[in-house]
Amino acid sequence: MIEPSLVLFYIAGTLTLGGALGVVMTRNIVYAAFALLASMIGVAGVFLLLFAEFLALVQVLIYGGAIVIVVLFALMLTRIQDFEHLTDNRQWPIAALIAFAIFGLLVAGIARTDVRVADGGRQVVEFKDLGESLFVQWAVPFEVASLVLLVALIGAIVLVRSTGGRE
Amino acid sequence: MIELAHIQVLSAALFCIGMYGVLARRSAVLILMSIELMLNAVNVNLIGYAAFADFADPEVARPQGQVIIIFIITIAAAELALAMAIILRLYRNRSSVNVDEIDLMRW
Repeated sequence: MIEPSLVLFYIAGTLTLGGALGVVMTRNIVYAAFALLASMIGVAGVFLLLFAEFLALVQVLIYGGAIVIVVLFALMLTRIQDFEHLTDNRQWPIAALIAFAIFGLLVAGIARTDVRVADGGRQVVEFKDLGESLFVQWAVPFEVASLVLLVALIGAIVLVRSTGGRE
Repeated sequence: MIELAHIQVLSAALFCIGMYGVLARRSAVLILMSIELMLNAVNVNLIGYAAFADFADPEVARPQGQVIIIFIITIAAAELALAMAIILRLYRNRSSVNVDEIDLMRW
């Protein structure tokens, strides 16, 4: 008897990894953007399965919505026909080798490390606790993060603005 | 039943796929997308620990794991906005986003 949560986890994991492979394998960059979307939705599924509803929501909104849209906009503003036949650079076998080696290393590390796991598997985090942690304990870092976002947005606007006659 | 090891292996696989993308791809936009994959792998790992690990004070520690993920997502959004601006600028100046051709600052 397989538990439904495990089946759902495998579905979400397949979506995540399949989307990720799509991003790094496909030859068409628009397909890559949509594969990224699939991968992000899969990660949101994993968040849901671990009782992080708020994070799943944020993931779908920020990654699924904003980030993929920004990527697609960037593709529209550059010439898209350049990207329909992407090629990898010559070092791709070395890159694949390094990626596999590090994956093996990580899995070996995971298998050998003994983490003390709470009884009863996944633990629920109450919305209330998350909100308290974010807005009481982490209030100052939260404000700093909002400042970082503001600065990044202003910086992005300054970077892409056409500077008129000054150049 | 989902165990911590499942989440960890998923995270490791996602990270390595993202790293392959960063190392092997030529288009700067695709490299950026691969970096997003790696950031998501970190998020998956953190949520795994936040949900499973046996903390001394779980009421404090578990929400903190999620708070850190919220910060990572925020920083990732900021990073993506800036990187996209740099890519658009690069495209305007060099009419290419192929990272092999962009070697102005190469030693």
